[in-house]
Amino acid sequence: MTATMPETAAQLPGAAGAAQAAEPTWQERYGVAAREVYRRTLLELARTDPRIICVDSDMGGLETLFGEELPSQYVNVGIAEANLMGVSAGLAATGLLPYANTLSGFAAARACEQVKIDVAGNNLPVRIVATHAGLSAGHYGPTHHAVEDLAILRTLPNLTVVVPADAVETEYAVRATADLPGPLFLRLGRAATPLVHEEPYEFTVGKARELRAGTDVTIVATGPYPVSMALEAARELAARGVSARVLNMHTIKPLDREAVLAAARETGGIVTVEDHLVAGGLGAAVCEVVTQEAPCRVHRIGVPDRFFDHVADERQLLELAGINPAEIAAAAARLAAAPR
Amino acid sequence: MSTLLEPPATTAAPTVAAPTTAAPTTAAPAGAAPAGAAGPADLADLAHEVRELVLRMGTTAHGTHVGGSLSAADVLTVLYHEVLRLRPEQPDWADRDWFVLSKGHASAALYAVLAQRGFIDRTELATYGAPGSRLAGHPLRRLPGVEFPTGSLGHGLSLASGVALGLRRTGRPGRAFALLGDGELQEGSVWEAAMNAGHHGLDNLVAVVDRNGLQISGSTEECVSLEPLGDRWRSFGWAVAEVDGHDLGALREVFAALPDSAGRPTVVLARTVKGRGVPLFEGKKKSHSVQLTPRLFQRALTGLNARRAR
Repeated sequence: MTATMPETAAQLPGAAGAAQAAEPTWQERYGVAAREVYRRTLLELARTDPRIICVDSDMGGLETLFGEELPSQYVNVGIAEANLMGVSAGLAATGLLPYANTLSGFAAARACEQVKIDVAGNNLPVRIVATHAGLSAGHYGPTHHAVEDLAILRTLPNLTVVVPADAVETEYAVRATADLPGPLFLRLGRAATPLVHEEPYEFTVGKARELRAGTDVTIVATGPYPVSMALEAARELAARGVSARVLNMHTIKPLDREAVLAAARETGGIVTVEDHLVAGGLGAAVCEVVTQEAPCRVHRIGVPDRFFDHVADERQLLELAGINPAEIAAAAARLAAAPR
Repeated sequence: MSTLLEPPATTAAPTVAAPTTAAPTTAAPAGAAPAGAAGPADLADLAHEVRELVLRMGTTAHGTHVGGSLSAADVLTVLYHEVLRLRPEQPDWADRDWFVLSKGHASAALYAVLAQRGFIDRTELATYGAPGSRLAGHPLRRLPGVEFPTGSLGHGLSLASGVALGLRRTGRPGRAFALLGDGELQEGSVWEAAMNAGHHGLDNLVAVVDRNGLQISGSTEECVSLEPLGDRWRSFGWAVAEVDGHDLGALREVFAALPDSAGRPTVVLARTVKGRGVPLFEGKKKSHSVQLTPRLFQRALTGLNARRAR
């Protein structure tokens, strides 16, 4: 499943001249929270696909967005995540394409059994779109943090798990999975994050995107801040003469095994970065692949085994967790210097 | 293949593949003609056979949930032979009614009616619970006639609600039925679903509660009480029908009166007896899950037949 954008960079203002001056710039279009881009994209898709049903669990805003223009493609089940998943599975069984909207922690933990049995177990085309993933809920506190969601959900058969790196990739991911025959978990943050992608590219579900070529070590990252931090670390490393490959692992399941194995064989060491527990997430998935087929050193950077009951914003929490460019660069430099 | 589960000569064997166009024998709402066409006497025979088949499945290696299957036998018989519009030869018929066995542990009773209706072959019932069988202790989706796998309690009403909503959105005439256990109502997700279905006025949704009053530890009222159960459903926006869940005629009448004219989902509170039909098990919490030895089976079957003869 590969997505194409409706616009190309050439059509954007600045490149195309005054005739299209009314069009938003790339920054205007994508310099917003990924969840806003998801909503806009879903509405666009729903206008031409009556099978799409926006299933809300009192997220706020969807009732206005859909309720005003496409009320027959909107249903609010209220604050009831277990029912959200069951109802969505039932809708999908009748041939519709429900987008179940909730927070990541609620999807993975609170409604886990409904996701397991009703959604994944039936291999139904339910799209679970979960916001506030990782530490993006920041000051809301640990009840709203979701740093175990990937560990839980990537164990479920049939479920495709996608983590866009920014708002641009969010639009790609929504479009690329529109016709996915089985269930999807789309993991989004809360606030706007740095744009990793400055121009159109080809996005394919299950295929990692190499953001930077490298030969000495590979940094595999997933999620907005981890990917942008990985790029920053790679730039620092380059200044020190270390050539670091950077992979944006936007699809956690199915994992791009070929890209991981190529990284292991060609660069000899892998640093993984995620805004998720060190246990069970991207790093674990990468280790599962390399230990069996191409053993190499792997250093996993992620959230340690603890709850964060500090009041802090997302960036501060990531710092507390030891997720930052300096840590990534240091780990990558160690692996690059280690004998193969 | 064991011959244990072949229909005994003493039971009036109904036709396996029921006709799809026969008219019901009681009044039904326009367009609600069910696919089955058993008469009143036939229904009693069919229900009796369901119970006997449940007992026979209880003789397999792991036994089965006898008590809750026997309490639901009459409801399932009426639903599958009188109410649900189904095409056994085309299980995914777009205009069908949907049925979800939310109390998935009553799978033996479901398999019995699925066999009677021709979704599966009767001989397959002998494989219940055996390695390689499609007949698990809780229903698997790959079995023809099973819409969703169930067994973990508290899922079925949400699923049926989604189906009802989907059928409404796509303009299809089918209805969604879910059969719940009464102990199952202690699951909070049931009430998430009930609240939502009531709010959205899903009048093509029917919940049936097998109100046998017992759960594993004993009386539902002593465990965590459910009463006043009718009032509870009414307060969630549902039409409530209370009925003797073993009175085949009364069950037919209740289902014939669907849908609710006030645009509400309907719950049928079927007052039943756990283990119904087998004196050995009636009203006994220990009937919940039983492996029947040959001797116990004979005692149970004798009791079942004696009860039928009265």
